[in-house]
Amino acid sequence: MIENILNIIGIENYIFLTVLLFCIGVFGVLYRRNAIIVFMSIEIMLNAVNLLFVAFSTYHQDAEGQVFVFFSMAVAAAEVAVGLAILVSVFRNLGSIDIDNLKNLKG
Amino acid sequence: MQVLITIVSLGVFCLLAEIFNLRKLLVPITVIGLLAVLGISLNLWSIDSSIDTNYLNMMATTKFSSAFSSLFIVLTIFILLLSDDFYKDIPTKFSDFIAIKIFLLAGAVAMVSFTNLAMFFLGIEILSISLYILAASRRLDIKSNEAGMKYFLMGSFASGIILFGICLVYGATGYFNLEEIYALSQGIGLPTWFPIGVTLIVIGMLFKIAAAPFHFWAPDVYEGSPALTTAIMSTLAKVVAMATLYKLLSGMTVALGYKVELLIVIISILSMTIGNIMALRQKNVKRMLAFSGISHAGFMLMALLTLSTAASTLLYYTTAYALAGIAAFAVIIMVTKNKENENIENFNGLGKTNPLMAAVLTASLLSMAGIPIFSGFFAKFMLFSDTVKAGFLIVVIAGVINSIISVGYYFKLILAMYTKESNEEKVSIPFAYTIVAIVAIVLNIVIGIYPSLLTDLLV
Repeated sequence: MIENILNIIGIENYIFLTVLLFCIGVFGVLYRRNAIIVFMSIEIMLNAVNLLFVAFSTYHQDAEGQVFVFFSMAVAAAEVAVGLAILVSVFRNLGSIDIDNLKNLKG
Repeated sequence: MQVLITIVSLGVFCLLAEIFNLRKLLVPITVIGLLAVLGISLNLWSIDSSIDTNYLNMMATTKFSSAFSSLFIVLTIFILLLSDDFYKDIPTKFSDFIAIKIFLLAGAVAMVSFTNLAMFFLGIEILSISLYILAASRRLDIKSNEAGMKYFLMGSFASGIILFGICLVYGATGYFNLEEIYALSQGIGLPTWFPIGVTLIVIGMLFKIAAAPFHFWAPDVYEGSPALTTAIMSTLAKVVAMATLYKLLSGMTVALGYKVELLIVIISILSMTIGNIMALRQKNVKRMLAFSGISHAGFMLMALLTLSTAASTLLYYTTAYALAGIAAFAVIIMVTKNKENENIENFNGLGKTNPLMAAVLTASLLSMAGIPIFSGFFAKFMLFSDTVKAGFLIVVIAGVINSIISVGYYFKLILAMYTKESNEEKVSIPFAYTIVAIVAIVLNIVIGIYPSLLTDLLV
């Protein structure tokens, strides 16, 4: 078998990288107050996972994981399209995209 | 698979109907179409565990999937009947809203009949994205915007977690197919990623169900969304997520055992208690029903403790809860149609001005509280007796105490309807609301009197 790059690096390191990127995304969602940056953080989370899908796909010598990445990219694009539409209507009503301004609903 | 294809073509038809100026006929046509889909779904009943090899093992028609798909279709028919009047003020967008609801149903059906995790992920995303749009659909209403934004942020966050879980499960087993994963999960020697992946998927699903401690988005989103969307979220979306979680767990956690059970016990008790105690101090009816939904999520989670036998109990509980929810929301939408908010004061004196609707709302609240002859009682009874037999007495004790607490806030609304004086003129009710409310509550009582109609289905 040809020595492939995955064996040299080791699958664990891919997982560590993904967990790191995923956590960056999670903390971005939790701590940033600008809605656009929150969206970007969600994208980082999804793309970190896509990276791991591809790594696992090579690890298992199985194309299904790579196909799944296409699905998840399409879904992420649809999700962000809807999210930006909601963002635009929030901006039109409030004049700001700071999510701390969304405080009308409490109880 | 036929069910899914028919539903999606019905959705495309709704989008095209706008071009051919069929707006007036849209609801009747789609309802007839959905009744036909219901027929197909019931017709597939006799086929069990047949995996369609033509579709690359993506979906399978089982008794479980047929039963839950039929329930979703019935709920969607009710929702569509309510939509006709609800969107009267924005006629140009009417066919879009109907189409989104049909696509939402397609996502729901994909979620209960998947065999491949790719299909599960697509299904949950179709359902969620449709709901984000519906939650934010009152574009000029700041509350609706806020609800949509919060739901979108929380929902896509949860989707990210679910996706990570799927990825780790794939990494550990090398398969997306649920049956292969099931076979592998019984063996030993799976990497540590496998339990982590399953846990992440379960956490993501608990977000979608709105079980404590992942419930904090639900009250805000339920309150801010248009009332019809709240009806969909609290009935259809919750039932779908619950059925999917059941299906996932029964396919993946064979080897996990005690720890998962402990986790479910804790989350179930937490959801029931937090939901009920917070509901006691709510003034807004939609918000109150959101907390009531959180506590019902806790009850439904009990069914996961007896995974191998609980399918029919879960079907019965979800049907009883969803039918009562639809009936309650039909009345709530009608009463609060021209009001600024949904506070309890709006229901004052409904027992005098509109005795029929007040009776329906009372019946549905009593069913949710678990009072006999309504199916909610038998649902709770079966759930409790199953759980006791499995040896989880502590959850059942918590469940009984919580049922008693829940009577408190349901009766607050009932008392407002019958003992307080109304200052409102009598309003005329659209015919569709009356029909939906009465049919839903009658179905609820019928399955309460003949529980075997549903409980024998999935044995």
